[in-house]
Amino acid sequence: MKRLLAICCYCLGLMLSLSATAAEKPLPSELEPLLQELTESSLSKAIPVLDALEAEGGEALQPLFSYMLEGDLYYIKSSRQVIAVSEEAGQETFIDMLSGSEIEPLSSRDIKKIRVNNRLRGHLRDAIARLQLGSESAAVRESAVRSLLSDLDENTLASIREARLNESAGNVKDVMDMALALYRLESAAEASDRIEAIAQLEGSLEGDVRNALNRIADNDPSPQVQQAAQKALVGIEQKVEFYAFIDQLFFGLSLGSVLLLAAIGLAITFGVMGVINMAHGEMIMLGAYTTYVVQLLMPNHIEYSLWVAIPAAFVVSGMAGVLLERLVIRHLHGRPLETLLATFGVSLVLQQLVRTVFSPLNRQVASPEWMSGAWEINPVLSLTLNRLYILAFALLVFFALMLLLKKSSLGLNVRAVSQNRDMAKSMGIPTGRVDALTFGLGSGIAGIAGVALSQLTNVGPNLGQSYIIDSFMVVVFGGVGNLWGTLVAAFSLGIANKFLEPVTGAVLASILVLVFIILFIQKRPKGLFPQKGRAAE
Amino acid sequence: MNWLTQLFAAGRTPGHRVLPFVTVLFLVTTLASMANLMLPESSPLHVSTYTITLLGKYLSYAMLALAVDVIWGYCGILSLGHGAFFALGGYGMGMYLMRQIGDRGVYGNPDLPDFMVFLNWDSLPWYWMGMDQFWFAMLMALAVPGLLAFVFGWLAFRSRVTGVYLSIMTQALTYALMLAFFRNEMGFGGNNGLTDFKDILGFDLQSDTTRVALFATTALMLGVVYILSHLILKSRMGKLIVAIRDGEARARFLGYRTDLYKVWLFVFSALIAAMAGALYVPQVGIINPGEFSPLNSIEVVVWVAVGGRGTLYGAVIGALLVNYAKTRFTAIMPEGWLFALGALFVLVTLYLPKGLVGLSGQLAASRERKAGKAAQQEAHS
Amino acid sequence: MKIKSLAAGVAMAVGASTLSFSVLAADTIKVGVLHSLSGTMAISETTLKDTVLMMIEEQNKKGGLLGKQLEPVVVDPASNWPLFAEKTRELLTQEEVDVIFGCWTSVSRKSVLPVLEELNGLMFYPVQYEGEESSKNVFYTGAAPNQQAIPAVDYLMNELEVERWVLAGTDYVYPRTTNKILEAYLKDKGVAAEDIMINYTPFGHSDWQSIVSDIKKFGGEGKKTAVVSTINGDANVPFYKELGNQGVSSEDIPVVAFSVGEEELSGIDTGPLVGHMAAWNYFQSVDTDLNSEFIQKWHAFTGDENRVTNDPMEATYIGFNMWAQAVTDAGTTDVDEVEQAMIGQEVPNLTGGTAVMNKNHHLSKPVLIGEIQDDGQFEVVWETDGVVAGDAWSDFLPGSKDLLADWTAPVKCGNYNVETKSCGGQAN
Repeated sequence: MKRLLAICCYCLGLMLSLSATAAEKPLPSELEPLLQELTESSLSKAIPVLDALEAEGGEALQPLFSYMLEGDLYYIKSSRQVIAVSEEAGQETFIDMLSGSEIEPLSSRDIKKIRVNNRLRGHLRDAIARLQLGSESAAVRESAVRSLLSDLDENTLASIREARLNESAGNVKDVMDMALALYRLESAAEASDRIEAIAQLEGSLEGDVRNALNRIADNDPSPQVQQAAQKALVGIEQKVEFYAFIDQLFFGLSLGSVLLLAAIGLAITFGVMGVINMAHGEMIMLGAYTTYVVQLLMPNHIEYSLWVAIPAAFVVSGMAGVLLERLVIRHLHGRPLETLLATFGVSLVLQQLVRTVFSPLNRQVASPEWMSGAWEINPVLSLTLNRLYILAFALLVFFALMLLLKKSSLGLNVRAVSQNRDMAKSMGIPTGRVDALTFGLGSGIAGIAGVALSQLTNVGPNLGQSYIIDSFMVVVFGGVGNLWGTLVAAFSLGIANKFLEPVTGAVLASILVLVFIILFIQKRPKGLFPQKGRAAE
Repeated sequence: MNWLTQLFAAGRTPGHRVLPFVTVLFLVTTLASMANLMLPESSPLHVSTYTITLLGKYLSYAMLALAVDVIWGYCGILSLGHGAFFALGGYGMGMYLMRQIGDRGVYGNPDLPDFMVFLNWDSLPWYWMGMDQFWFAMLMALAVPGLLAFVFGWLAFRSRVTGVYLSIMTQALTYALMLAFFRNEMGFGGNNGLTDFKDILGFDLQSDTTRVALFATTALMLGVVYILSHLILKSRMGKLIVAIRDGEARARFLGYRTDLYKVWLFVFSALIAAMAGALYVPQVGIINPGEFSPLNSIEVVVWVAVGGRGTLYGAVIGALLVNYAKTRFTAIMPEGWLFALGALFVLVTLYLPKGLVGLSGQLAASRERKAGKAAQQEAHS
Repeated sequence: MKIKSLAAGVAMAVGASTLSFSVLAADTIKVGVLHSLSGTMAISETTLKDTVLMMIEEQNKKGGLLGKQLEPVVVDPASNWPLFAEKTRELLTQEEVDVIFGCWTSVSRKSVLPVLEELNGLMFYPVQYEGEESSKNVFYTGAAPNQQAIPAVDYLMNELEVERWVLAGTDYVYPRTTNKILEAYLKDKGVAAEDIMINYTPFGHSDWQSIVSDIKKFGGEGKKTAVVSTINGDANVPFYKELGNQGVSSEDIPVVAFSVGEEELSGIDTGPLVGHMAAWNYFQSVDTDLNSEFIQKWHAFTGDENRVTNDPMEATYIGFNMWAQAVTDAGTTDVDEVEQAMIGQEVPNLTGGTAVMNKNHHLSKPVLIGEIQDDGQFEVVWETDGVVAGDAWSDFLPGSKDLLADWTAPVKCGNYNVETKSCGGQAN
């Protein structure tokens, strides 16, 4: 009890001290021999040392454990002094763990890393979770309890029970109750106790609960308990299935948003100019490489790099598009098949160019912190943030583009040219300039797509190629010259693909979708939403 | 003798040059074969088996280019998926060769090819049945691609899918087939494809005589296909095909079922491609799904464009030249090859719409134009 | 060479025959290098070409072999499998090389094999592969499945107490075979069928949402789960990214990969990957004198301080040195004699210990397991006690458990059936 209070106080202090300076609270000096031992023990021998440290030092060890977990814990070779090396914005600070004070920087040759492997990391995480039961933040306490659910024993349970008494936040209490019930379910001698525990756990989506119920439903000595568990499981499984469906829908939407981003630029150039731009994929690739270059230029501000990369990629790919239009496509006007071949040639040149300039190896593009991780709605449904943002971003780009085409004078010209080029020309619309701008716009959007894709997949010379056929399929399926068609096509293909995948496997799913489109186009050559009017013929 | 005079007469019509082509092909083949078989290796005029195999490969590529030229140059159908028919033909031959291995595979299983033993298949899938018979395998090597072309063409041309739509659909077709053949469950050896062939019709594939024979067969078939294409394109049907290329709607309004003509020409072209594939496989010794790659099919189109579409010999020359350039170029500077190939695409489409064989005509035309202008100026002054 | 290529050009153009001048035998030993320098495989294979060139340069500085200088003949098969066979024929008949170092993918090796056997060439193959092969004309210096997959699974099973297994791979022959072997091995060890999940994806697969979510579900059912990944090349980045984003950490569900090395990691932000594992016979981070010397030479040769080294490079290094020793021992570059002299050759590993060439043309090497660090290197967490002998034919596949490869007299066979006491199929 007192210990817990102490933990609370300590954590408060820790938070404050962490935000103030890089230094840490000093550790009790009697830990020194144990720390020494830590530097000497091999990976397999480290666990008892850590346990001893936790038992002796308790909560004071949380920072040490955290550093060790991150692989930031070192020792000085000569003195066996344990130090932490933390790095922020390229600046390294060295902290002596025992005294908690910052020390002079050391050469990397004088220090040696204290090795951790998976098993140690798991152990450290559990230890930290136990220490965090008294954390200031309710969210930390909640996740601490959750992470303890998987292996509950008397020890952990005692700490949870203690913490439960002082707990004020309702949701943390619920999780703690769940942990207690879970333990009771598996250890209580009386069948009635176990049934009560089951009642308490009913409806919980926590994986550990389901696993425990599954075990009970099969193995419990008492048939009543088995029955109760089975009943509880039925309810849970229904919920799980529902969320699994939502999950799959999200996967489909996410794949659809990627397809939409990749295809939408193509829809513009293809729809307006009737030009097949085989170098479209390479415009996407240019956008992705722009992201890479932007990150190279601002290594300390990765968090904001994407905001710079988006306009930069638009400009780079857009300019490339305008150049391509001026230098090649213009001269092939009215010969779509030749345009296809020439732009294919351009795509080969661009790929090789990137290989020569950036090397054939994939380039490393970092994800900003806010794009990593997932939005956890409940234990069985969590949506990954990067895909969520990309979905929103794709819709944003789509509607912005719609607005541009509907409301701006450029949009008016573009629509006029796409509906009847000759008529537009005789009305005084500079079709040449409109063509160049349209092509620039389409390519620029491809560049933006490249920024988004750099967050999902490889940034390498083959990036564009892997999306080009899919993009064509989306545009053709949706109906050329119809942006809404592209939207519908992208999402329906994405969802179809993701719902087929569990049944058929990934390869067969994409084959089936392709075959479906081929057959569909034979039936309706103008796609889902054909452009109306004679000009479309 | 009547047909011979006809051939001579046809040979003189511009565009095909059947007689010179067949003569050159015959001479080269005979000379190269004799130089390989009869001359000792020490002789300076000896042609190595390596060169023979290379020539055989080039000739089967030329046949594939011819197939593309027949539909693209004469009917305006740009297929970006002819590699699919080529590869299917190749797989037909590959399956036959695979079955010929018999129990000489590494596992010594008399019924199953190695890769099936490897993946624990216990019996031969139904579609491998009968492939140990040469005639049946060849029938399949032609019938399957032919049927695919028929179904695809029937659906596409009747729905009037044309132009770039059709090109994209053909590309999707070959892409879907590539994905499918990559699957190991398909029973075609997955990514590794079919390889380690031993003999064909009882002849050892590794002997010089067999290689020369394969090369000569390829040359012979190329000649036959060339003459056949020529005859078709010079016939009434050929005229109509060109009419469809130049104005499909008009041809249709005149009462012709343009879709039927297109379907048959498409099937004919697919059969040529399949035959090229079947001849290609025993000479290079492997067939795998990479042959379905859309990139390969587009490359074929470039061969035709470089040589000059709408002239049969242009396609052949284009295929030989580009492939020879590729062999040489990648040896000297591998990184530069894609630059060169890409530039070739752009330059040929921009400046050489009729390809290399159209170059002289183009030059003559521009000279005439200049002369005409000069004459006009003179007249004005 | 110049004259010949010119002649070939003329021959092609006029349709006459190639003038095959007999090579004016400058007294060199020719070493063929058959690695793709363009196309999809160029990423990986260019490094190996450079490694061979570095080794040749070094050998020449030491005075060459048998008093002759070594001359590299580099060709580009352009990641095109039929072209591999064609280029091999060119190397063996036109250039008349004495040995070839080359190939990466299984399909390229399979394409080259008939040509090598027909013309009796000699090739060193430096990449981990699926086994199930032993040719008289090939020496396999990469790992066979029992030198990579099985020790890795042992480690997971014994050290991390893994009970459920996801075998995820790209759909081609190496993952298929490895997973077949592993499945049999795991079942042998008492793992139930429902505790093994096998999944195949196409090359370059980029949308891993459903699969990772399945893995998560599979791993969330109460038993410790690990993923054994034979996912190839480009598909890895989106796979690891998705793992990280869906919150699958290396402590919950560790991934051990057989196709991810230092070079592949150089294109990935390894921060979220820390703790996932790879099994190889070599890691750049291993601290031995020989290794740091090798790394130094590599940096000097490439002029790039940041170039990483990897396992296939070590395999090339071992293969080259063994060949050099065998040629010295045999006193000739004749393929048959070198082939016999190769067996039993010993070369020190870069990671310590000695690699030995066995009768089945495979090496005995140590197996290391490393965890990915945030600097893109591996930290060795486990290694086998001694060396493991490469197995040409797996004991865990029904088709091959009776087969044995032994290229010494009296067996002299790559696929000797111990049951029927006969050399299957191959005419040798």
